[in-house]
Amino acid sequence: MASLFQELILDHYKRPRNRGELDGADVDVHMKNPTCGDEVRLQLRIEDGRIADARFIGEGCSISQASISMMTQAIKGKTPEEALALAARFTEMMHGDADAARDRALGDLRSLAGVSKYPVRIRCALLGWNALEKGLEDLDS
Amino acid sequence: MATVVPALLDVAALREEFPALAQEVNGHPLIYLDSAATAQRPRSVIETVAEFYRRDNANVHRGLYDLSRRATERYEAARETVARFVNAADPAEIVWVRGTTEAVNLVAMTWGWANIREGDEILLTILEHHSNLVPWQLLAQRTGARLRFLDIDDQGRLRLDMLDDLLTERTRLVALGHVSNALGTIHPVREVVERAKRVGARVLVDGAQGAPHLKVDVQALGCDFYTISGHKMCGPMGIGVLWAKRELLEEMPPYHGGGEMIHVVELERSTWAEVPHKFEAGTPNVAGAVGMAAAVEFLESIGHDALWAHEQALVRHGLERLGAVPGLRLFGPRNPEERTAVFSFVLEGVHPHDIATILDAEGIAVRAGHHCAQPLMKRLGVPATARASCYLYNTPDELDRLVDALDLARKIFG
Repeated sequence: MASLFQELILDHYKRPRNRGELDGADVDVHMKNPTCGDEVRLQLRIEDGRIADARFIGEGCSISQASISMMTQAIKGKTPEEALALAARFTEMMHGDADAARDRALGDLRSLAGVSKYPVRIRCALLGWNALEKGLEDLDS
Repeated sequence: MATVVPALLDVAALREEFPALAQEVNGHPLIYLDSAATAQRPRSVIETVAEFYRRDNANVHRGLYDLSRRATERYEAARETVARFVNAADPAEIVWVRGTTEAVNLVAMTWGWANIREGDEILLTILEHHSNLVPWQLLAQRTGARLRFLDIDDQGRLRLDMLDDLLTERTRLVALGHVSNALGTIHPVREVVERAKRVGARVLVDGAQGAPHLKVDVQALGCDFYTISGHKMCGPMGIGVLWAKRELLEEMPPYHGGGEMIHVVELERSTWAEVPHKFEAGTPNVAGAVGMAAAVEFLESIGHDALWAHEQALVRHGLERLGAVPGLRLFGPRNPEERTAVFSFVLEGVHPHDIATILDAEGIAVRAGHHCAQPLMKRLGVPATARASCYLYNTPDELDRLVDALDLARKIFG
């Protein structure tokens, strides 16, 4: 259990970073996992081709909320392409890729590596990232 | 403190009959607390199904050979067994379906289509399982009928004081569960039926959680339709029953068209078989029906009094032990006699999904989520709950282990 519910995860669950609403967001996406009810609203502000700010409002388990909280920290300052690359790397880690789990680019997000051993919880960890991917796709089109 | 299980139910011996219970999960003996989702099966049911395929397997109602005759006899004998189980006046009132979901859809698509018009009202409750809600939404959308809802009080009991205001001369149907899958509340169905009859409404009772736990007497309940899922009462998956009064079944148009349900077929039109076969198009789940009859016989061999005494012992123990867990909010009636041993709860600071994962690591299987009752979750003001649901093979000791594991969850998230 300790390998799943790491200190860092519980810390982000209890004290989520970047929680709240954003004025004048360029990306505003709502995503819900219908099977478990977890949901997130993710907002991004893009300036000069980079994610200048990211905020979320969410409801759900420790894994989904901590993952979103860490994600908002990790993507700030990145270009949409860089953020999507990070999403792809995180998804690889969720699918058990050992190289990804050691990738320094994921930073604190590596604390979520243990989720890959709990197949029914992987979709929790991916909820925020799915919202990010959808939001950036919408921005593109 | 520990509740003593009535001597009339030897749970240890009973558990021996359930092979799936004798296993370890994540290094711990399995504690199965998700019987409201599906029960485990006793050896007698598993063996009956296997034996049907080994010995009596043939298609029913059409072969002129001995094996088919035997399969048909077992299929129809199973119908009689279930008819006796719910005290139906006539085995022809038992229609085999896949389960409660199909039974409710069958009624909505046949009786509903024939009888519900624009402006009619269908009265439901806010804690119905989606399977006793969505079929009526579909019917209402197609007919222009209006759905109305009976609310619950803060213990998850129906607000009977509001019932008479909701029952009008426009009410054609009242559809409610016998027992709430999410909260374990036993609804006063007979009272609801009595009042519904005063305005001439038909009553459908979703018995998915009723038949496994309570003595069902459809004639005494006075309802018009009663639905059962075999798998929640130790029977196979994919089999269930719609009981309806014979005169209603006679009037109702067919559900699915196909073989078995016809009398004479011409190119442009057909006539229908007698009830109940009018509603049983295609090759039925014969092994399932035979297995469900074995489940009925298994439950009858224990007896309703012993089942109920055991259920009540679990309810009392669960209310006491779970009620003492700091930060735990338990839903449903506080009076043991108004509920079954279904414990739906939230734990402060620990999301239900996290509870389920922590319990799973201890070998304890519970459900976390909306329990196919999203409107109820909204009414309770929670996104989800954790639910531990018991059946005849569970013990007070297992509930103690649940409480220990919840203490662990509180420590991890503390």
